[in-house]
Amino acid sequence: MRGFFRSLLFFLLLHSGLAHSGLTIEITQGVEGAIPIAIVPFGWTGGGAAPENIAAIISADLSRSGRFEPLPDRDLVAHPTGASQVKFQNWRMLNVDNLVVGQVMPAASGQYTVRFELFDVYRGKQILGYSFPASQQDLRRVAHHISDLIYEKLTGEKGAFNTRIAYVTTTGSGKNKSYTLLVADSDGYDPQTILRSTQPLMSPAWSADAGQIAYVTFEKKAAEIYIQDIGTGSRRKAASFPGVNGAPSWSPDGKRLALTLSQDGNPEIYIMDLDNRALKRLTTSPAIDTEPVWTPDGRSLIFTSDRGGSPQLYRIPAWGGQPKRITFEGKYNAGADISPDGKKIAMVHGENGVYRIAVLDLPSGVMRVLTDGRLDEAPSFSPNGSMIIYATGAGNRGVMAAVSVDGRFRQRLSIQAGDVREPVWSPYSQ
Amino acid sequence: MKYHMYTLCGLLMVAVLAGCSTKGGTTDDSMAAVDDRSTAAGEGAVATGAAGPGTYLGMSIDDPNSPLSRRVIYFEYDSSNILADDQDLLTQHAGYLTTNPGQGMTLDGHTDERGSREYNIGLGDRRAQAVRRVLELQGVSPEQITLVSYGEEKPAAEGHSETAWRLNRRVEIIYSGY
Repeated sequence: MRGFFRSLLFFLLLHSGLAHSGLTIEITQGVEGAIPIAIVPFGWTGGGAAPENIAAIISADLSRSGRFEPLPDRDLVAHPTGASQVKFQNWRMLNVDNLVVGQVMPAASGQYTVRFELFDVYRGKQILGYSFPASQQDLRRVAHHISDLIYEKLTGEKGAFNTRIAYVTTTGSGKNKSYTLLVADSDGYDPQTILRSTQPLMSPAWSADAGQIAYVTFEKKAAEIYIQDIGTGSRRKAASFPGVNGAPSWSPDGKRLALTLSQDGNPEIYIMDLDNRALKRLTTSPAIDTEPVWTPDGRSLIFTSDRGGSPQLYRIPAWGGQPKRITFEGKYNAGADISPDGKKIAMVHGENGVYRIAVLDLPSGVMRVLTDGRLDEAPSFSPNGSMIIYATGAGNRGVMAAVSVDGRFRQRLSIQAGDVREPVWSPYSQ
Repeated sequence: MKYHMYTLCGLLMVAVLAGCSTKGGTTDDSMAAVDDRSTAAGEGAVATGAAGPGTYLGMSIDDPNSPLSRRVIYFEYDSSNILADDQDLLTQHAGYLTTNPGQGMTLDGHTDERGSREYNIGLGDRRAQAVRRVLELQGVSPEQITLVSYGEEKPAAEGHSETAWRLNRRVEIIYSGY
């Protein structure tokens, strides 16, 4: 019952808050033990309507993390905007541990000042307090930054709200099919098209500084890899060899690109030096070797190979050598992503005809299936390692979904039109 | 020299077509039969020395009633094995290509939607390679064939069940200029 209530509540809350972004978030599996928190609508000291609903953005961020349970607006007993107006005993009666209040004030030349405070309700103490200058277009980013500060203060883990996601959508069918590569805020807001094509687009991969995206395009009726600068939209061709040009993955230092090429006869892993385009071949097997991803230390790569008869994950040193198999459970393990701390591998795990997202914990060797779809794919870790975003089927189309790394919290993120695939979470921007 | 090559190719075609009308059976038999045929074709060329350039058997690439109008090869799940009927079909396409050495062809490899996208690119590539191997064994020049794997990105049938998947696990033969 409680779960149903949460589900309904967040659906409505987020739907109203994000209606103009075309994205709805539905919490499909809640968490017992989420931290109750009250987020009071921020005061606005200017005339007319407030320029942005900061509290709604923070509330949506914190609930999407699965770690917090914001109090519904209608249960807010008061609307303080600063410490002097807070009566802690009122909030203690509502059983909320923490309280967020704030204010947006007009500043010179069309700018704003956003001030917020976080209180420990039981100790009756302010535990965070900041003030930020912001332009109109910065306001959402400031709100996400406040979410990050609150999240880190209360969980001890860095927040990942001020990041972005890239994904591919398709619309139409048959000859009228159109493929779009988009970049949006991590809450799905402000989706921006960075490439549109009548031919397939796939495998978007963020550079380590989140400034560029490598992707595969078939716009010339053959696979090519391009690297595009997100800010300027300018792009350059990185690979256009005969056959497969696929699965780009940036090295953590941003200087090299791991990729799959079949120029020597069948798909093999290569590393390209981005300064001089020199290629080094890493694998030599008559099997399919593909989907390389770098470990965070840049010293090795995990990739998919069916050299053992079915697709499984292997690890190989970045300077070459003998690959070592790392997955042994199930007949199908492919499409790896590595957690930012290097300790967990997310993958597509196929068993009994269903494909789900599983996580292998490297220190313990324990593998866990986290999702319950039939055709789940393309797992991508959030940059703080707490969530995994992936693609799943909903009815007859693909949507994005996210699951906490412990599998306890799941949500579906739907955009209104088209089929969504291959969501990739950006690193922290530098 | 060039003339001689054309002669050989034409003869290959005759032998190959003669062979394929009588063969059938399981995949394994058929695989073996392909090898046998190419050997037989070579011997046949030496023995008869008949057809030359331009004396193709008359099948047109445009003719909807020609076997050459069938240009899709289907595959089992996670497999790149070519089924017996398709071996015969490929023999006819090989014949056309060897008698028309200027004709190029693209083999587009495709998979169903299940599993990981880039692995599926690998699988689509492997299917296209399998088709290429059959064609090359029958004398088609590597220069005539280009491979593109689209993996699961360009399904022939929409849908999320075996009904659609079996139509999507395929290699499409695309003649340049057609």
